[in-house]
Amino acid sequence: MSEYVIIGNSAAAIGTVEGIRRKDKDGEIVLISNEPHFTYSRPLISYLLWGKTDLQRMKYRSDDFYDKNKVTALLGETVVKIDKNEKTVKTQSGKVINYNKLMVATGSRPFVPPMKGLEKVKNKFSFMTLDDALSLEKAIDKSSRVLIIGAGLIGLKCAEGIFDKVASISVVDLADRILPSILDENASGIMQEYLEKKGITFYLNNSAKEFEESSAVLNDSTKIDFDILVVAVGVRPNTELLKEAGAEVDRGVIIDEKCATSLDDIYCAGDCSQGFDLTQNDKRILALLPNAYMQGNCAGKNMAGEAAEYNVCIHMNAMGMFGYHIVSAGSYDGESYTVRDGENYKRLFYKDNVLKGFIIMGDIRRAGIYTDLIRKQTPLSEIDFELIKEKPQLLAFSKSARENKLAKIER
Amino acid sequence: MKRVFVNEKWCLGCHLCEYNCAFANSGVDDMVKALKGKQINPRIQVEGDNNINFAVSCRHCAEPLCVKGCITGALSVKDGVINLDSEKCVGCFTCVVSCPYGAIMPGDNGKVAQKCELCLNNSCGEPACVTGCPNNAIVYEERG
Repeated sequence: MSEYVIIGNSAAAIGTVEGIRRKDKDGEIVLISNEPHFTYSRPLISYLLWGKTDLQRMKYRSDDFYDKNKVTALLGETVVKIDKNEKTVKTQSGKVINYNKLMVATGSRPFVPPMKGLEKVKNKFSFMTLDDALSLEKAIDKSSRVLIIGAGLIGLKCAEGIFDKVASISVVDLADRILPSILDENASGIMQEYLEKKGITFYLNNSAKEFEESSAVLNDSTKIDFDILVVAVGVRPNTELLKEAGAEVDRGVIIDEKCATSLDDIYCAGDCSQGFDLTQNDKRILALLPNAYMQGNCAGKNMAGEAAEYNVCIHMNAMGMFGYHIVSAGSYDGESYTVRDGENYKRLFYKDNVLKGFIIMGDIRRAGIYTDLIRKQTPLSEIDFELIKEKPQLLAFSKSARENKLAKIER
Repeated sequence: MKRVFVNEKWCLGCHLCEYNCAFANSGVDDMVKALKGKQINPRIQVEGDNNINFAVSCRHCAEPLCVKGCITGALSVKDGVINLDSEKCVGCFTCVVSCPYGAIMPGDNGKVAQKCELCLNNSCGEPACVTGCPNNAIVYEERG
């Protein structure tokens, strides 16, 4: 019997390994992943195509990670069933592996909505995994006209990654602005203008009505000729294994503050899970790498018998487009304070005496001080709000709060 | 483990720690050549107004949010010290939006992050900011 079985091999799974190994140095860990690769960082696939990293440097942990942590990694194996009564998982190749504690970190998959004529397009890609990125890289060249469906994080990071390697990029989205999940209207407009100056063409408030092999007709009858199509409309959580096993599943798998599912000895973390979102006061899917790691890490500790809770999930994102940086966190709720100065844009959202969220573009320095206010729900009446509005700084805190931060060891 | 701690009441706001930090991490032997006429981007930053001054650098947290949130694995903990592998870093700055102290920042070229590594990976061997502080406003010691 394996003490621990982990399904997945990305941030949540690695966080689980590291959480387990804090306490249990020897208990057998079997990690099963349907991807045949050593653990790598999914968000780096755009940087790989851009040439900012390579296959070695984009590994999420050092080459000796599995050995050092005594992990038996079954790579290229797909789990097809969890039997919660027998406490086993079964793989497609017929292996049956017992577990004492199970982590399901199966992530998400690209969502491709039904679109008329899509089957006629031969050169179409998703942009989620290393293999997606490598096949896209093989297909493009300097003469490629690329059409991307989706102006969210995945679509735009893909655009950045391949920009220097292709002839043109057009982006279509149903929404009337870009990056609607992380930006407000002002910031979307600023970023769109910046990307248009770079040479990316947007068709917003629009969608592909019909595809031919190398062209698309949009709702407003615009025709776009392309050589390569990337569909980056959204993702869907991989919840099927746990749903079939009888776990409580909403949009994602419902987890508690220990990152445990409703089934005994089964934990879940990352993009397939739905945990408590502090600023929304509700259970949400927060498909973000830091969140995946922290949920996995918390679950791992609990799996090894070290009590841990992770109840400070918030939306948090950092992204750059061609060196122009955006950071954001929390929810965009309540009153707001906005400053715009050239390429720098900042908007803070506050309500009920706490900071709820922020969006910063350009000068992102020390933004984590704002994130910490959101995470800790620090009453704004305890700090100098005028000072902190001006810029993130510890001067805005009381002398004793500062002493706790800078003259003591962080707990 | 030894860490850098701040004695706020002794800080004059002279910014010497910032210069010593920038010099220590410049890889250049001569302070004038390293710093003169250059805009410094130190890993320790002095904050303050007319009354209060204090220096802020990495706290080397026991549960570091920057390390846990790092999307590349460039940030890691070794013997309690948080190190950044600038070869792996792609400059996404998730760490900048994670750090509660504002103590990790974009490096000189803006392409990767930089942070205090207690001068353990440069030629100083111990924090240059502390060694050069004229007033013990920052100290390098063990505290319980």
